[in-house]
Amino acid sequence: MSGARLVSWLLVAALLLLGGGIAWLRHVQLEIPFLPGDERPVWLVEARVDFLGTGGSARVALDLPEDPPGFRLISEQAASPGYGFSIITGRDGDRRGEWTRRQVSGPQALYYTAQFLVVDGDPARIPVVGRPRPREPDFEEPAATAARELIAVAVERSSHAESLTRELTALLAGAVGDQNAALLRASVPDPAVLLAQLLNHAGVAARVSQGIELEDARRRRPLTSFVEIPVDGQWRIFDPVTGRQGLPENVLLWHRGGESLLDVEGGRRSQVTFSMLRQSVPALELSQDQFGESWLAAFGIAALPIEEQGLFKLLFLLPLGALVVAFMRIIVGVPTSGTFMPVLIALAFLQTSLGLGLLSFITVVGFGLILRNYLSHLNLLLVARIATLVVIVVLLISMLSVLGYRFGISTGLTITFFPMVIIAWTIERMSILWEEEGPSEVLIQGGGSLVVAVLAFLLMDLRIVQHLSFNFPELNLVLLAGILVIGQYSGYRLSELRRFRDMAGLDR
Amino acid sequence: MKWISPGALSRLGMLGINARNRNYIARYNPRRAFPLVDNKLKTKLLMETAGLSTPRLLFVVEHQYEVRTLEAKFADLDAFCIKPGKGSGGKGILVVEHRRGDIFVKSSGAEIDIEHIRRHVSNALAGLYSLGGNPDRVLVEELIEFDPVFAGLSHEGVPDIRIVVFRGYPVMAMVRLATHASDGKANLHQGAVGVGLDLATGRAVRALQYTRPIEVHPDTGVRLDNIEIADWRNMLLLAARCYEPTGLGYLGADLVLDRSRGALLLELNARPGLAIQVANGCGLLPRLRAIEARADTRKEEAAERVDFAMSAFAAA
Repeated sequence: MSGARLVSWLLVAALLLLGGGIAWLRHVQLEIPFLPGDERPVWLVEARVDFLGTGGSARVALDLPEDPPGFRLISEQAASPGYGFSIITGRDGDRRGEWTRRQVSGPQALYYTAQFLVVDGDPARIPVVGRPRPREPDFEEPAATAARELIAVAVERSSHAESLTRELTALLAGAVGDQNAALLRASVPDPAVLLAQLLNHAGVAARVSQGIELEDARRRRPLTSFVEIPVDGQWRIFDPVTGRQGLPENVLLWHRGGESLLDVEGGRRSQVTFSMLRQSVPALELSQDQFGESWLAAFGIAALPIEEQGLFKLLFLLPLGALVVAFMRIIVGVPTSGTFMPVLIALAFLQTSLGLGLLSFITVVGFGLILRNYLSHLNLLLVARIATLVVIVVLLISMLSVLGYRFGISTGLTITFFPMVIIAWTIERMSILWEEEGPSEVLIQGGGSLVVAVLAFLLMDLRIVQHLSFNFPELNLVLLAGILVIGQYSGYRLSELRRFRDMAGLDR
Repeated sequence: MKWISPGALSRLGMLGINARNRNYIARYNPRRAFPLVDNKLKTKLLMETAGLSTPRLLFVVEHQYEVRTLEAKFADLDAFCIKPGKGSGGKGILVVEHRRGDIFVKSSGAEIDIEHIRRHVSNALAGLYSLGGNPDRVLVEELIEFDPVFAGLSHEGVPDIRIVVFRGYPVMAMVRLATHASDGKANLHQGAVGVGLDLATGRAVRALQYTRPIEVHPDTGVRLDNIEIADWRNMLLLAARCYEPTGLGYLGADLVLDRSRGALLLELNARPGLAIQVANGCGLLPRLRAIEARADTRKEEAAERVDFAMSAFAAA
């Protein structure tokens, strides 16, 4: 392999890696979907705080989740007329929503709504922040004795914190005859709180967490409690009733350790309930909402004003058209009139729709050829003749548009997208071709151009192609690699297999 | 629909367009040498300096204003050939064989007046026939009186001999005969007849029109298989000597045989077509490879190169 050849293959490899790599990175990091119309499940969760105002000022604080395991918060808002609302982030990163009002009386309802995106990844991995210490037990006799005995049995049967938790759960849920368990269950009715207290008593820094069991279109649901224990830097979650380890997939942990879930000052009979709804949101929209500021987004054009975006939407399709032309001319060997004229025609078809575009293109070029025939009698200089053709093409197109409008084909108006100067040149070239090589050559070259244009159009018109070219402009590097590869092809063209067909008899 | 397999093409050693462009033109034809052959005026001056014979130049039209007074220049000319300087593929060539008073008679027999010539020259000056529509100059040359050897072989116009020269060695040759279908032009795809020539003798190998083998000239009915070009070695020598002044490693030389002056160089082509392979019934690749192997190891004079080609590439 010669040096130049090696360099160009290396360049191809580098372009493939760079283009594909950036696209992959942006897909993974910014979650830009590779497929158009890709949708992601999102849970809309509404927390409703009810309480009775006592006539004075009120302050309500609700613990708010931020990216609970297996989910990501993508939007949130609070709706509560007459209340001031702010979100306060504590020193340990805890977020609390705070509603305040000067005078409150009678039943009150406050709403907080948030959208959570379901994200992939192991939901059980929740890192422990800091160094949690077991709290002092606050059992009173005789529950304290019962707790000690129960723990002693459980410790006997277990080897580490996790097995201890499982044993304690089993003992608490266990035989009806177990008096210690019955006594403890009676003194602390919430099984999660009870289990957490016993674990702390046994020297494990357990804590109680609360989550929502997500089910579509459920209303006014309470939170479900879980017990978390720190093991090797991770919080391990246990169901306090069944002892099952791990977070169920459909549970969104709302409140974890730290402060209380809900604090109400200046109100009573407060409670919080949750309603939820499953939604589907276009993945592309999600990506733009979430990562618009990321440095990787700088490779995209979503940051530009809409008008420029529209321009680039077309512009980024050009490389694909160029690739099609390179392929059709170098590998297939289709003759075209003007190298890249077919791409421009294909772009125009994108604006007009294929059938109408073809019709108006053939009409304009056909009329142009007839008029050009008269022009040759005027004995004009070449540049003036082309200029005359440009004017004629403009007039023809405006006439077609007016006619189209009269007949109610509003799309007739869009044929102004045709590159007029290109059309004028096409007419001039075709007319010379007609004079020199006859009408058959005009049909061959004109037909070849249209075939390539239609092919490029059909590719560019694919939804996935438009999606990819617009959202992953770096894929143009991959196209460039393709063009470089085609540029090195020195084999036979498909058309040569036909052109030299009569040589077949000489092959022995 | 009939096709030939790529394998068969490869076994025949056929050169394809992509391989020609990439492996021969791009490799052996330096870009700066292209204007020398794309501009017939430059080619002519270059060839005259190098002592190679070309048809005599009568005058050059350079500006549009000269078009108005054109008839004065043509006043005492009976037969001439008008060529755009940068025309390619025979585009814009107008041949006048004789005149009757104010009427000029083209080689096809069509009669035209001075207005037609004026328009033709004006178009050519404006770049109608040149690549990219660039302004051009127009050459008016003496008409070649072709050798009686070719009597009846060409419908109109002059039969020209195309010799492909690779690194100074002639590798393949054919004679192109204009027909009624090709409107007096010598381009094979326009319907001219291509007759492959044995490099050793200058005798016809086989004849084709539109890629199909034929026995006789479609217009005149003259047999094509006993064509033999006179003064063959000098013809090859003239073609081979085009290599040094142009520096083009892969070129097509178009020559004619004039009754009084012998072999004349008409024009050079830096991108010679591939139809010559079909006319000869064999591919260029084995010959090109043989030359590549030879030219890499030795440096030979034009006469030695011609002798090698005549012995190595003789028809079987």
